[in-house]
Amino acid sequence: MTVRRIMGTEIEYGISVPGQPGANPMVTSSQIVNAYAARPELSKGGRARWDYEEETPLRDARGFTYTGALYDPAENLADEDSGLANVILTNGARLYVDHAHPEYSTPEVTNPREVVLFDKAGEMTMAEAALRAAHTPGIGPINLYKNNTDNKGASYGAHENYLMSRQTPFADIVAHFTPFLVTRQVFAGAGRIGIGQDASEHRFQISQRADFFEVEVGLETTLKRPIINTRDEPHADAERYRRLHVIIGDANLAEHATYLKVGTASIVLAMIESGVFDGTLGIAEPVAELRAVSHDPTLTHKIELRNGKRLTAVELQMSILEQAEAYCGPDADPATREVLDQWAYVLDALARDPMELADMLDWPAKLSLLERYREREGLDWGAAKLQAIDLQYHDVRPEKGLYHRLVARGKMKRLLTDTEIINAMTEPPSDTRAFFRGRCLSRYPSEVVAASWDSVIFDVGADSLVRVPMMEPEKGTKAHVGELFERCAAAKDLLDVITAD
Amino acid sequence: MAAKDSGGQSQSQRSRQEADAETTEAAVDPEIAERHEAITEEVDDLLDEIDEVLETNSEEFVRSFVQKGGQ
Repeated sequence: MTVRRIMGTEIEYGISVPGQPGANPMVTSSQIVNAYAARPELSKGGRARWDYEEETPLRDARGFTYTGALYDPAENLADEDSGLANVILTNGARLYVDHAHPEYSTPEVTNPREVVLFDKAGEMTMAEAALRAAHTPGIGPINLYKNNTDNKGASYGAHENYLMSRQTPFADIVAHFTPFLVTRQVFAGAGRIGIGQDASEHRFQISQRADFFEVEVGLETTLKRPIINTRDEPHADAERYRRLHVIIGDANLAEHATYLKVGTASIVLAMIESGVFDGTLGIAEPVAELRAVSHDPTLTHKIELRNGKRLTAVELQMSILEQAEAYCGPDADPATREVLDQWAYVLDALARDPMELADMLDWPAKLSLLERYREREGLDWGAAKLQAIDLQYHDVRPEKGLYHRLVARGKMKRLLTDTEIINAMTEPPSDTRAFFRGRCLSRYPSEVVAASWDSVIFDVGADSLVRVPMMEPEKGTKAHVGELFERCAAAKDLLDVITAD
Repeated sequence: MAAKDSGGQSQSQRSRQEADAETTEAAVDPEIAERHEAITEEVDDLLDEIDEVLETNSEEFVRSFVQKGGQ
């Protein structure tokens, strides 16, 4: 049993042009992506396009294919043709325009620490993209926010992806992952002033996303958002894997929050795959409880379970942790042990006083700032200044973002150094197929015409293009193909070796 | 609007007082108390900096942050 699995995040960033609320976000998002694409290592060859061949976003994990008009994959292809920007980075990540936001999808990684590393690399990529855009003639300043709502009714996502065994019945995921997701916000919430989708009631709540979730299970991601999303698009061998698409989380700035968010999720999924849970933590009204937990920063709200028991969110998490400890045992590998220890530390602190974690997690850090500012200025919770602080906590600019100001003062505990993060902006992870994707782009920029999560397509001057499928996420690693890239000066040489195997 | 604001505020203050009371009771560990105090001081120090970096017209800034819904 291990925390290790293929996983990653995809974050949509809030985008705004100061003084121009009417600016077209599709245009400004494209300007952001294109500004970053002018980076030297990305502008050597023609820009590689996204290969949509294997994508089936309408397939539902419950076994049917959606036939409604909610989302047309052909539209995605058209998006690209109509000029919505997309760039595949040399670290294996994807930077593109999704809906009306710039989005960063991390490369596939195998452990929670690397999720944090590439998630933060995405944040730094966005900050650099905005800086580059500001220096592009004809483009004004564009600000980017790693948050999930404009507090006026709109929300945008911070999704996580976990590769799972196809053997696990989807009903088990729904039954046992739901109580975990409803309560995970106690450490993974990013904090928000405002209750309700339009924030009409002025109070602080733990999560940015809770008020935007309306059903327990479903395929949608933009309307009637479900706690458990059923999209079944593995980007890998569909006989063996499913990719669980988790859409309920907040975008986190705090490294420890992202780390725990994905680390605990991966452990709980391993427990579900092994059939550990007996269903006694089933929540009577998950959607209502998701909000009730979020609306109570004192963490004293009691959740009613299906069996009539009542537990706080922290108690419910402690119960999951206890089972995780029993399941993982004393022989857990170091990466797993680290998550379990952190999880225990944070839950204990939350049970005493969440403000003990103001130097570690987003919502306590933000609430602490707001409380003190509010007290000093004698403001009520509806004050524009407080809402500005809430928003500016998420500004990706190091000199403006309040999270980043806390970091600069050494007031947030970190897992990573800036040097590691800067390196991850261009260097792929070594132990997944993202290594192959990233290296193809950096070594043979002129020959790679398209790529996707599970393919790289080359034009080496032959009659037709050559498509290399990568249906196994743990192949194409540095150990597996690293030496090939050193040996093969041209893409043609690489393809000769691969096809000869 | 104003009534709603103060309602939200008083409710939250009540919650904080409860939380504070619990904290005082639980904070027997001097190390934790010390750390708590240190964090408090540091955050207070940050407030002056917030004023410096906050977008100049908060009301306008907040009002003009309008997003299209995403996923």
